[in-house]
Amino acid sequence: MYRHGHDEAPRRGTPLQRRASILGAIAIAVFAVLGLRLWYLQVLSGEDYRQQANDNRVNEIRVQAPRGEILDRDGKVLVANRTELALQVQPDDLPKPSTPERRDLMKRLARITGDTPREMEQEIAEVRKVSRSSPVILDRGLGAGNVFFLRENQTSFPGVSVERVFARDYKQGTVGAHLFGNVGEVTAEQLRLPRYSSLEQGDQVGQSGIEYEYDRFLRGRPGANRFQVDAMGRPTDQLNSQPARAGSNLRLTVDADLQSLAEGTLGSFGLPGAFVAMNANDGEILAMGSTPTFDPSIFTRPITERQYKALTSEETDAPLANRAIQGAYPTGSIFKVITALGALKTNLIEPGTIVNDDGEVKVGTQRFKNAGDAVNGPINMSDALKVSSDVYFYKLGYDSNVQKGKGGMIQDTAASLGLGEPTGIDLPAESEGLVPTPAWRNRLFKQELTDRPWAVGDNINLAVGQGDLQADPLQMAVAYAAIGNGGTIVRPRLAERVEDPTGEVLEEFESTPKRTVDIPEEARSTIMTGLTRAAMEPEGTSYPVFGNFPFPVAGKTGTAERGIDRADQAWYAVLAPADDPEIVVVVTLERGGFGADSAAPVAARILEKYFGLPITPTSRTGSAAISE
Amino acid sequence: MEAARPVAVAARRSAWVERFGLPYFDGWMLAAAVGLIGFSCFTLAQATSDDIPGNPLYFVLRQMVYAIVGLALMFSVARVDYSRFRELRVGIYSAMIGAILLVLTFGAAARGSRRWIELPYFRFQPSELAKVLLIVSLAAFVIERTRRGSDPRQTIRLLAIGLAPAALIFLQPDLGTALVLGVITIAVLFLAGVRWTHFAAMGAVAAAAATLTFVALPAVGVSVLQDYQRERLTSFLNPSDDPGDASYQVNQAVIAAASGEKAGRGDQSTQTELNFLPEHHTDFIFAVIGERYGFVGAAFVLSLYALLVWRALRLLTLSKNLYGTLIAGGVAAMLMFQVLVNVGMNLGVMPVTGITLPLMSYGGSSVLVTFMAIGLLQSIHIQAQLSQRGSRAVDPLLR
Repeated sequence: MYRHGHDEAPRRGTPLQRRASILGAIAIAVFAVLGLRLWYLQVLSGEDYRQQANDNRVNEIRVQAPRGEILDRDGKVLVANRTELALQVQPDDLPKPSTPERRDLMKRLARITGDTPREMEQEIAEVRKVSRSSPVILDRGLGAGNVFFLRENQTSFPGVSVERVFARDYKQGTVGAHLFGNVGEVTAEQLRLPRYSSLEQGDQVGQSGIEYEYDRFLRGRPGANRFQVDAMGRPTDQLNSQPARAGSNLRLTVDADLQSLAEGTLGSFGLPGAFVAMNANDGEILAMGSTPTFDPSIFTRPITERQYKALTSEETDAPLANRAIQGAYPTGSIFKVITALGALKTNLIEPGTIVNDDGEVKVGTQRFKNAGDAVNGPINMSDALKVSSDVYFYKLGYDSNVQKGKGGMIQDTAASLGLGEPTGIDLPAESEGLVPTPAWRNRLFKQELTDRPWAVGDNINLAVGQGDLQADPLQMAVAYAAIGNGGTIVRPRLAERVEDPTGEVLEEFESTPKRTVDIPEEARSTIMTGLTRAAMEPEGTSYPVFGNFPFPVAGKTGTAERGIDRADQAWYAVLAPADDPEIVVVVTLERGGFGADSAAPVAARILEKYFGLPITPTSRTGSAAISE
Repeated sequence: MEAARPVAVAARRSAWVERFGLPYFDGWMLAAAVGLIGFSCFTLAQATSDDIPGNPLYFVLRQMVYAIVGLALMFSVARVDYSRFRELRVGIYSAMIGAILLVLTFGAAARGSRRWIELPYFRFQPSELAKVLLIVSLAAFVIERTRRGSDPRQTIRLLAIGLAPAALIFLQPDLGTALVLGVITIAVLFLAGVRWTHFAAMGAVAAAAATLTFVALPAVGVSVLQDYQRERLTSFLNPSDDPGDASYQVNQAVIAAASGEKAGRGDQSTQTELNFLPEHHTDFIFAVIGERYGFVGAAFVLSLYALLVWRALRLLTLSKNLYGTLIAGGVAAMLMFQVLVNVGMNLGVMPVTGITLPLMSYGGSSVLVTFMAIGLLQSIHIQAQLSQRGSRAVDPLLR
């Protein structure tokens, strides 16, 4: 201790003075720390914290907007809304996580939702990551039994409520199932995209099909019920709320009656297939479908893994696939018009040049034969199209073969007519298809993905739509439309216009051709004549189906080989009326055999319906095709 | 005789003034104290009007009564020569221990701890009073012991004297006040000149104790601290981990204080008004000031404390004797520590310990005891002034 007298006043410079200074220094440090911290919080970061204070007090309940309806071209409602009851939890009001009460509650909820407690906890955690106080919907479409049970036992289900939510209501059943697509909760990844910038966790958006493509019109604007809450979450004041604005209606170019008939007719074969009926001049889709089909309302509920498998697996022929835009098929003889157009444009052959069809073409050791071992004798191009001579086109394929690069006139013509690229239809997930070229095959060969490089046989096969060619019905419809309309490559379109609920037009969609290609009139008329004769004249390939049609149509059958063990795929492409085509129809049926037997009758029924003619019963021709 | 009249009035006034010892008061210190308690009443009037339904003035009126009684207490203490307390050290110390034991035995329990004795109109908190009593008695014991040299045993004995009440208060349990008593003890010993080596040894023992409390003993299943105490002491290190009780409070306090920005939110202070900020009239009143009055208000309050502490530290060298120095040091350390821990807690840099903000937090015991402590400081100031003038004989205060 200090050595000075115990009761003397301290003097400057003494040990005590030093210790007093230390205490003073500590005091300065204390106030400096507090002052700087105060400055940092209030002056430098005050704004952020002001925001946090506001987030604290403002409770916002999202009010979902009903989605717009989807109508057919005559205003018939295809997709509307219905309300259903959903099981919703407010995470803050549930028992605290990992308590026995929480586990017990989740176990009891699992019996209602059918999900495991783990799955539900994950879902809650995911929503909480994005917004802390948002309610989480755990199950939709609650049955009356569960609703009564929950309401009667509300006290033993803290934080659980039954809410009314919107769900899609498919007024025409399965009609148009492949077009609409499904609606679902916006995902965390989607929320990061500018497309969904105004949305929040829990909002519903179109996830596929038209619902996806035109989501910005159909979605509407969710409203918000905003109020001020105190620390206990009790509302203390109503703040300015924003009502939800319903989505706009979308009117399609599709004719529901035509669609329904086409789906029914195609479906009667029980085979996977697809059809497209399109305005040949502007690309408006009048009907488009795929079989097997599915019930679109299945997606208004959480879908089980087994259901999803059943919709996508090969054993069930993947009903979810829209074969009209996703099928990647060789097209068989309906491709011959492309070879014909290319040959005429490049003057490889004259319309009147006579070629002797003796039943086969020999290239080295390989023999390419006519289907059914037919021998057609001396024929010109129009004849060749009428009887679908393979030999005639094999020769064109042989003559136009190019061993390198993008290949010759067949590849050029196919590409110019839109094969090998998406058509640009207003649907997501369209396939590109493939026009085989020397460059393509040689690359595969280099990568050891195929056993040989490009050979002339490839070009011979391509000339008749066999081999490696991949196209879907919509691409073929676009190509045929171009021949029908004289060279316009249309951009197919499903949407007609956007309307408000009273029917007032908000936005009209216009046809924007992708491009035009030069189709010489002589070439066009030669091809149209050949196709018309094929449909209308005896010995024409589809004369049995169209011979009695009240006016001429221009149609081509196709029978694509799908490999040694698989049945042939039937195709039919038709422009009608033949003299001034306004509609193009393309139909394909996997395992459908000869085009004339299955695909052509479906096309015929579509045309009858479109032109308002009496519908011929399909059963005779249809069942004949299946028995083959 | 007409000229004599003003003189008589002046004489009478000066007698009145001198009766309260005003001429020798430290005016700055008085101003700081009055400013703080006044700002406290002002804040409570605005921020607690909805707390008790139908009684908007509940907290203000009571705080004003405490303020008046406290000021009276301060004046009374200031008028006494603090040196007299030296002889009473054993009595004071025994009374303090007795009061703490009393509250441990008979005290009113609230939230699992016994801290109060119910008096008519008032719940008295002996642990608050213990702060002042410990300063006065410990300083006296220290001076007594210095006559017997400076060996480590003396240090240990003095430490034991200081920490005994701290330990008893810890058992209530009231960790915050126990810590304040500990800080007072250290400060008094420090100023008394205890060797640095002794402090080093104390530090080592404290570190060992902390390790035992937080790590070793819980590991073998013995818990010294209540769960909530450990949670409070450790949660401030990472407050956003678990928005549970303790860190929830700190988070809300920080949001409140910081959201005041430069000029404050006034009546738009949602954190307080909507009760997001708990205990806003007591432990978290600084956050209320931050939210309502912004940096301007909060910095003003901090500078009043700085003024108060400065005036207290000034007495260390001004005091007429070592006893006064030690008392001033104890009071200054007490004020500094309480401000540091309480404001630090409000700003999210200190753990939640339930230490009040002197003269700002609502509460009778705290206000009265703080005023008593300031009364002691004033007494030291007055005595220093008087002895400087060498006029003990004419001291009007000590007749």
